[in-house]
Amino acid sequence: MRKPPGSPGRLFLAMAQQELIPHLFRSEYRKIVSVLCRRFGFEQIEIAEDIASDTFAAAAQTWGLNGAPKNPVAWLYTVAKNKAKNHLQRDTVFESKVVPEVQHDTSELHEYEIDLSPKNITDSQLQMMFAICHPSIPSEAQIGLALRILCGFGIDEIADAFLTNKETINKRLYRAKEKLRDELINIEFPGPAEIDKRLENVLTSIYLLFNEGYYSVSQNEVLRKDLCFEAIRLCEMLIDNQNTDKPQVSALLALMYFQSSRFDARVNKYGEIVLYDDQDINLWDQEMITKGGYFLHRSATGDTLSKYHLEASIAYWSTQKQDTPEKWENILQLYNRCLQLEYSPIAALNRTYALAKANGKQQAIIEAEKLKLENNQFYFALLGELYTDVENSKANENFQKALSLAKTPADRQVIQRKIDQL
Amino acid sequence: MRHEDGGKIASPEQMQVWMKQTMDWIGGIAAQNKFVGGTGLLFDGAKVIRHGVVTNGPFGEIKETIGGFITVRAESVEEAVEFAKGCPVLQGDGNSMEVRRIAKNDGRH
Repeated sequence: MRKPPGSPGRLFLAMAQQELIPHLFRSEYRKIVSVLCRRFGFEQIEIAEDIASDTFAAAAQTWGLNGAPKNPVAWLYTVAKNKAKNHLQRDTVFESKVVPEVQHDTSELHEYEIDLSPKNITDSQLQMMFAICHPSIPSEAQIGLALRILCGFGIDEIADAFLTNKETINKRLYRAKEKLRDELINIEFPGPAEIDKRLENVLTSIYLLFNEGYYSVSQNEVLRKDLCFEAIRLCEMLIDNQNTDKPQVSALLALMYFQSSRFDARVNKYGEIVLYDDQDINLWDQEMITKGGYFLHRSATGDTLSKYHLEASIAYWSTQKQDTPEKWENILQLYNRCLQLEYSPIAALNRTYALAKANGKQQAIIEAEKLKLENNQFYFALLGELYTDVENSKANENFQKALSLAKTPADRQVIQRKIDQL
Repeated sequence: MRHEDGGKIASPEQMQVWMKQTMDWIGGIAAQNKFVGGTGLLFDGAKVIRHGVVTNGPFGEIKETIGGFITVRAESVEEAVEFAKGCPVLQGDGNSMEVRRIAKNDGRH
């Protein structure tokens, strides 16, 4: 084997450093932005972002020359604090508006103090979560903002996740920030009377963020996983706070853990989709399944059955690979209840699949034909599946329709394989 | 859902079968995005209030009692009738389904 140039020690150090800043960016950028933005208010969110970005630019420059400091996080916080203080001192808006209000404060230091303590970081991020997931912000923009501000994603990554370009994302984020300002949304915890309603919005956004990763059309597997893990992380932050640690939050977390457990099993080494039935159970992440079980158990309290409880229970059954009548009967009944709480085409299709497994294909075909989801590729894929071995000409007809509606090469590949097997 | 005899006691096994059939029936309507809401009614503890007199259960006087109702979002009365035909309550002797339109709050009935 050829030795790499230079001494191995130094090379290792340089590489470690190269990875250090992106790593810290992912974990610390969002903390700094949340704290600063909460301190400045949404009017100055861009300044908060600029200060955080400048801090990392300074780190790249200084650490590149002198090596990383012993405690890189503390270094970042100190630099961010100083930049923020300078900004506050310079800011004329601050002079005219805020200073009169804080005049009673005896210490001048206090006015410019930036609190980057762990408690304030956590509080700021949670409050930011509630602000961003405000019902007046369109959901697409919520997810973009959440990825940028709560997860520290780059614009490139967000654009990649949404299969669009940077410009579109920048515009979308810009409009979302305008909206936050126009609606005078404060970065604060909702009151006790409001919290359940607002928490529902936060959970919806986390759920969408997760689905964006789990069902994304983006081919970038690493990025998709990141989206899912970020959704899990945000949900765990809610669990860690006693005001937001509610049963439905545990249920959503359980759902996400159960689903994520199949991440490595559902794509093969060629990047092709592996359908559930063909997946290798050894690739299912047992640790995640165990965590899902823990949180599902934890969610079984209180007197409200949320859609997350139902979906987490369905996801639990999906972690049981063996086809038993009990499994499919449970899944069917859970979907029956899910649909009564909230209709969605995908739930209707999944329910019909479970109906076929529990009550037989004949009944499922009759019910499937009533769904009439004529623009949905999965509808025709389901019909194709149900007619397979019952009436193969109809199966073929439906798979062909699914093929013509399929949006990604991966989807087309799966359907084509089904046709070939007929 | 109208039951001819609300006093009939079904076995737990029979109840379980009916429960599944009812849930599958409602799930099928909900899967078409046409389910609005449903309420099952208990026969236990039913009261009739008439001219200031409260009596237990209506079952002696009228032949049918209401076992529950569901609200659907149907395009037409005919579609609602099709939904009703699938209700497992109809398997019981003498039971029936009644389809009614909901009065809008616009002064028309």
